[in-house]
Amino acid sequence: MNTEYFLLSIAMAIAAGLVGCFAVMRRMALAADALSHVALPGIGIALALHIHPVFGAVAALFFGALLVWALEGKARVGTEALIGVLFSAALAVGSMTTSGEDLIEALFGGSGALSWPEVLFGVAASIGVVVFVVSQRNKLVVILVSPEVARTAGIDVRRLNLLYLEMFALTIALGLRYLGVLLMGALIIVPAATAKRLAGNLSGMLIAAAAIAVAATAGGNGLAIWLHRQTGPLIVLVATGCFLLSFLWDSRR
Amino acid sequence: MENALEVDGLTVRFGQTEVLKNLSFALEKGKALAVIGPNGAGKTVLFQTLIGALPAEGRFEGSIRWARDTRIGYVPQKLDIERDVPITAMDFLRARAHLHPRSSSGDMERVLELTGISAAAARSPIGTLSGGQFQRLLIAFALLGSPSVLMLDEPTAGVDEPGQKLLNELIRQLREERGLTVLFISHEISVVYQYATTVLCLGHGSTCFGAPTKILMPELLHEIYGTPLGYHVHEH
Repeated sequence: MNTEYFLLSIAMAIAAGLVGCFAVMRRMALAADALSHVALPGIGIALALHIHPVFGAVAALFFGALLVWALEGKARVGTEALIGVLFSAALAVGSMTTSGEDLIEALFGGSGALSWPEVLFGVAASIGVVVFVVSQRNKLVVILVSPEVARTAGIDVRRLNLLYLEMFALTIALGLRYLGVLLMGALIIVPAATAKRLAGNLSGMLIAAAAIAVAATAGGNGLAIWLHRQTGPLIVLVATGCFLLSFLWDSRR
Repeated sequence: MENALEVDGLTVRFGQTEVLKNLSFALEKGKALAVIGPNGAGKTVLFQTLIGALPAEGRFEGSIRWARDTRIGYVPQKLDIERDVPITAMDFLRARAHLHPRSSSGDMERVLELTGISAAAARSPIGTLSGGQFQRLLIAFALLGSPSVLMLDEPTAGVDEPGQKLLNELIRQLREERGLTVLFISHEISVVYQYATTVLCLGHGSTCFGAPTKILMPELLHEIYGTPLGYHVHEH
């Protein structure tokens, strides 16, 4: 396996584990998964315009995050249904604008070689996401417990929510090339959901989620070489295995 | 005495529904204002408007003037946080301490002691705390911001009777020792009588404002709540 591939997948896993913690705690796991579908029309349009698909995906995801944020600010009634409708529509548009193999690759990840600019962009973006979550974790915790209390404590709740959603969108875009949009949603949610079951406090959860995501990525990569299979699905299966094991841990406590 | 808060002609609407209508009152610094009234009278909406956190579909007119350098500590009603979210009471308090450059670990210890949060409770996930401990945690959180005003939305709802007394005494102590202005929402007329210096009552269509001895008369309460209210006053 290439060094650059390994480097990037580890950086990406740490970012996914950390960003997933707040998604799981804020009960937006499903909205987050739906958001990942928005990447598809972006990829389709980018391919039609002969632009690198990652740019199309990033643009579409950022727009999707903005949309979720705007809906959150409106009346709560129906937000979930709206998200469901909009993102199913995105999937439909995406499947119309993306054809055959490209579509499968976008959904489940491809195996094409990576260029150095891609690796550098990926590592830099991962570091950006990690720095955001670690530096803003205190504010995110207060918003999680009570947005109203956060506001009186001087936190710009709307702005931070938008930033968080954009970081989330960026993390999905990161995994596009290897895991695909659908499986990247899983790498964000599953390690965090596992860590939530195991950890006793916030630092414990953040560290556990990052560690599980890295272990799943490394394990999945190893299994893929051994079994001559695609990496993405194996990474998600290892992560899911960790989640199931956490129930054993739970019953022993 | 300087006013901590002046509200003038405040009207809050949600769509076509007027939740608060032309409300005006002023509260002196260091006083304790109890907001009473039946469910749906707009008590929580008033608090949300005062802290600038009115839900997106709400609109307000009128003026709200807080005294200069007002820092508000807001204590909402018990929140719906899942039991299994691994954020401990200490995580939550540390998060507040990090936001506030003035607080130090000394502050944290003092606040924990003052609010009576045990070491075991501090290590517990927030979702597993009892109603009383959760309220103490929220008060501790508010205190870490060195507030000049404390706003509590039904601080003793869901707390057992001995716990209620302790909480009410804590709030009284904070007001007397730290000179905090306190605004609280309550359904307990006897608690209001005992702890408030001023009462604002919000009823369907009518409001009243004044000293507890003037407001808390059976006839007036009947008018506000629309039903005769049984209560007893503890004389101390």
